[in-house]
Amino acid sequence: MAVIQRQIGLKAKSSGLIVGLAVALSLHPTALAQARRVISIIPATTEMLFAMGAGDRVIAIGSYDHYPPEAKKLPRVGALIDPNVEQILQMRPDLVVLYGTQTELRRRLERANIPYYSYVHKGLGDITQTIRSLGTRVGVEAGANALADRLEKQLADIRERVVNRPRPKTLLVFEREARSLRNIYASGGDGFLHDMLVAAGGIDVMGDVHRQGIQMSTEMVLDRSPEVIVELRYSPEDVSSTDMSAWNRLASVPAVKNHRVILLTGEEFVVPGPRVGDATRRLAAALHPELKW
Amino acid sequence: MAVTLAGFGASTLLVCLLAPLVGSTSINLSRVFDRTLPLADNVDAQVFFVARLPRVVAAGIVGAGLALSGAVFQALLRNPLASPDTLGVSAGAALGAMLALTAHADFTLLGVSVVPLTSFAGSLGALAIVFALSLARRRGTSSTVLLLGGIAIAALLNASGRFIQYLADVTDTFKTVQWLMGSLDVGSYAPIVASLVPFGAACAGFATLPRVLDLISLGEEAAEARGVDVVRAERVALVSASLSTGAAVSLGGPILFVGIIVPHIVRLIVGADHRLVLPASALFGASFLIACDLVARTIVAPVEVPVGIITAIIGGPFFLWLLFRGR
Repeated sequence: MAVIQRQIGLKAKSSGLIVGLAVALSLHPTALAQARRVISIIPATTEMLFAMGAGDRVIAIGSYDHYPPEAKKLPRVGALIDPNVEQILQMRPDLVVLYGTQTELRRRLERANIPYYSYVHKGLGDITQTIRSLGTRVGVEAGANALADRLEKQLADIRERVVNRPRPKTLLVFEREARSLRNIYASGGDGFLHDMLVAAGGIDVMGDVHRQGIQMSTEMVLDRSPEVIVELRYSPEDVSSTDMSAWNRLASVPAVKNHRVILLTGEEFVVPGPRVGDATRRLAAALHPELKW
Repeated sequence: MAVTLAGFGASTLLVCLLAPLVGSTSINLSRVFDRTLPLADNVDAQVFFVARLPRVVAAGIVGAGLALSGAVFQALLRNPLASPDTLGVSAGAALGAMLALTAHADFTLLGVSVVPLTSFAGSLGALAIVFALSLARRRGTSSTVLLLGGIAIAALLNASGRFIQYLADVTDTFKTVQWLMGSLDVGSYAPIVASLVPFGAACAGFATLPRVLDLISLGEEAAEARGVDVVRAERVALVSASLSTGAAVSLGGPILFVGIIVPHIVRLIVGADHRLVLPASALFGASFLIACDLVARTIVAPVEVPVGIITAIIGGPFFLWLLFRGR
């Protein structure tokens, strides 16, 4: 869950699982001219804009946008729950990229007659779709299509390389209480983390549960007996080796028995943007160390 | 009296025996106790001994601890709305947990991980404030003053917790919300063993209280007229109830409904005699929470429902039925 919230810069007030996220790309009807002054407050779309070559058109970003480095110089105008509307209006953008659930911000932009691009993320395939449509909207179609093609090819290459390899049953964990097996959250059968795992040549042991995030009990981990446990962390400071040894209590789990509890750190695992290709490659390398990556 | 307690004891025993056998996965009992298989190769034994048994034991301790301290606070403060959180002990525990989660603290002590440790420290801090309050309390001050003082402490600690949450990063805020919903999937025996120390001390205190609480609930003056050292009894009750709350909350998180409703349910069944109310609350609190956790972990398996939701959904209507039956 936290990963999902990180992706969209959401401050959770309840733990209600975000379900039924659908890709809803809507274009504001009034203005479809090229955008020259873009504000993007979602980490994924900020990364997309810079990667497609529209970085020079971005004038402000969201509080949780950390990539690419050149974006960090730009002013920050809040995020999912706390967009600074006054500051946004003052900067006179000609396009604001916002998240689909930000209805209040959308209403106020409409009142000010400022066009917006509403984005919601879901699966891996939707990322390239978003890149293309955002590129068209901003007016950097060629760059966006090239980026999307590159990403699609990168993912296709990874799929190709693992296609004839045995697919390990994998549990993809993105949240856990330090040094214990409490409050484990894992990826379910929906969302880009699940899609990445499948593309990287793994079988998602929770794939039958159609949610983006599932709170896992120790019983469920034992029952699903994953052959590999991959733990994703946002930053390397969040983890210590003794922390990872908490898994050793579940000695009958094949992943624990065969020492295949793997830690992967990096922001690319939590932001569904152009870096998912690299993230998928790292995941594939972890699942298939016998191949040369 | 003995029959009533035996009844409560028998139903608790039944729940304790039954609960580890049921779960989201099916296990083979003969394999669970098959000593010839090493534990690392015996999934059934791991499910039973690593996943379910600690969970059932934790639910028992948390349920008993919260129900006992609720019963004692309600009698001591002569207020039916008093609960383990009334004097701010679980707010203190929550504050401790939030600090650890936000600061990304990473240490263990005797096998107990950081969050239970800091939340117990937080509950001890709250207890210290409450105890100072009771020392400052002179004869003649009403229990209302203690109650209001406790509510002020709880408000202060809750506000500090919210401020930390406000400053914290999104992921940490989410972890805090998770912790506040409570979870009995403790995953090892170390926190259970650790919680038995304060819980045992609390029970020793509770054992001295039944007769005193009976007299105090008639009024402090009446109690003093019958030779009860009210101030001393009050301190024992405060410290024991706070220790028991601290042990429970640091183990399972704040599952509050149990602490306020279970004592009332028990009184509706057995009457007001605290020699019955206290042990029956412990037994019923334990079996109630074990049963609720059983529902929480099986009803929409493989996904789980936070146990606090189940306690309120099952306990609320049941309590209403008890209140209004036969009227």
